Amino acid sequence: MSRGLKTTIAILALLVVFGLITLPSLRQAVQRMSATQRTEEQARRDVMQVPVSTPTDVKVKAQMYWLSTASPASLEATAIELPLSADPVERSKQLLLALITNAPSTSQRTLPPDALLLAFYLQPDGTGVADFSDALSAETPSGIQSEQLAVDSIVRTLGANVNVIRQLKILIHGQETDTLAGHLDLSGLFSVSPPSAAAAPASPVPDAPVTTGAVKTTTTTPARAPLSPTKQVPQ
Amino acid sequence: MVVLDPAHGGADQGARGESGLAESDIVLSFARLLRISLEAQGLRVLLTRQANDDPTFDDRSKTANAQRGAVFITLHVSSTGKPGTARVYSLAQDGGAPVNRGTGQPRTVLVRWDRAQQGYLDLSRKLAELIQIQMAQRFRGSAETPTTAAVRQLRTVAAPAVAIEVSSVSLPDRTQLDKMAPVLADSVARAVAAFRLVYEAGVK
Repeated sequence: MSRGLKTTIAILALLVVFGLITLPSLRQAVQRMSATQRTEEQARRDVMQVPVSTPTDVKVKAQMYWLSTASPASLEATAIELPLSADPVERSKQLLLALITNAPSTSQRTLPPDALLLAFYLQPDGTGVADFSDALSAETPSGIQSEQLAVDSIVRTLGANVNVIRQLKILIHGQETDTLAGHLDLSGLFSVSPPSAAAAPASPVPDAPVTTGAVKTTTTTPARAPLSPTKQVPQ
Repeated sequence: MVVLDPAHGGADQGARGESGLAESDIVLSFARLLRISLEAQGLRVLLTRQANDDPTFDDRSKTANAQRGAVFITLHVSSTGKPGTARVYSLAQDGGAPVNRGTGQPRTVLVRWDRAQQGYLDLSRKLAELIQIQMAQRFRGSAETPTTAAVRQLRTVAAPAVAIEVSSVSLPDRTQLDKMAPVLADSVARAVAAFRLVYEAGVK
């Protein structure tokens, strides 16, 4: 064996030993970095998105609409216990915050985790106006189906838990936008169906601990269920 | 006349996959193949864009609205969904002014530009059904029936209009989408040819 070859093998062996020694610390560093990332995301949310709490909050079993685990092209009603206000505006905010943050799993999310609810208004005629941050538009996967599921989850969650909302307008950073992420029309109003037998109304659960993803109903809403944006048209 | 709309383009690439697949590129190649298949059926075809530019929604609609008896098909590739499937959409009813949906002719003389599709909802749904049947037969796992949705592009088209969304840019490369392209073109051309008989009888 030549001297050069021996040297090469020795260097390679040294590199392998060095790699083995540093591997655990590298792994720890990666884990620390990912933990820091989660913390930063959480910290940003904590600063930007103030939790909504009101004196009339009562723990109720709310029907939330996230992606179905069995059929990701459809929504599934999931009952979770949430402290919800008697005031429809505050209640709507609480529901939308939960829709963003409390999905049972990442794969069931319908809205991007970075999206913030900036404001919610309710007009006397039952028109709700939900104003989201740019992240809703920028981070929702682009596509007719994915955008429809995102809006559908908002509309159905509000419809199942807030009696007075009849239609919904979605704004992005206070502005009316043409589409959510390039496809779905946001220029109109979306009809909000009141609670039905299939999506039972929120019911009070006194003194129950707040948990997420505790109860799943069997209701699955196919993606093809139409969302009907309505426009005010002069007759 | 069939107006094909390869969605997005220019700076707007539409859906982007992790592998770099861009919706705007894929739909343009779909449109070129579909054009050949439609012309083979004796149909005239116009594309809303021929290259990597990005006409506005309204400019694309204008291309269709300027043609008498046109059919409008906007082509998309999704970010999500079961790869290798295709879904067809027509516009959801928006609850506005009543129109004579049977003939596609509005009852009122003036139709708002931004609601031009409202007079064609039934015809669009029929076209969507014919195409979706083909999709279900040719692409396993595709839905049997079409979907209605608030697709922005469709709202301003004064003609039977549908969106076709193929899944998806999440594929590792274009191979599967490229294999779908000729089948998609043939299927859509057959469905449009079948629809033509229904539509032209109504227009005359």
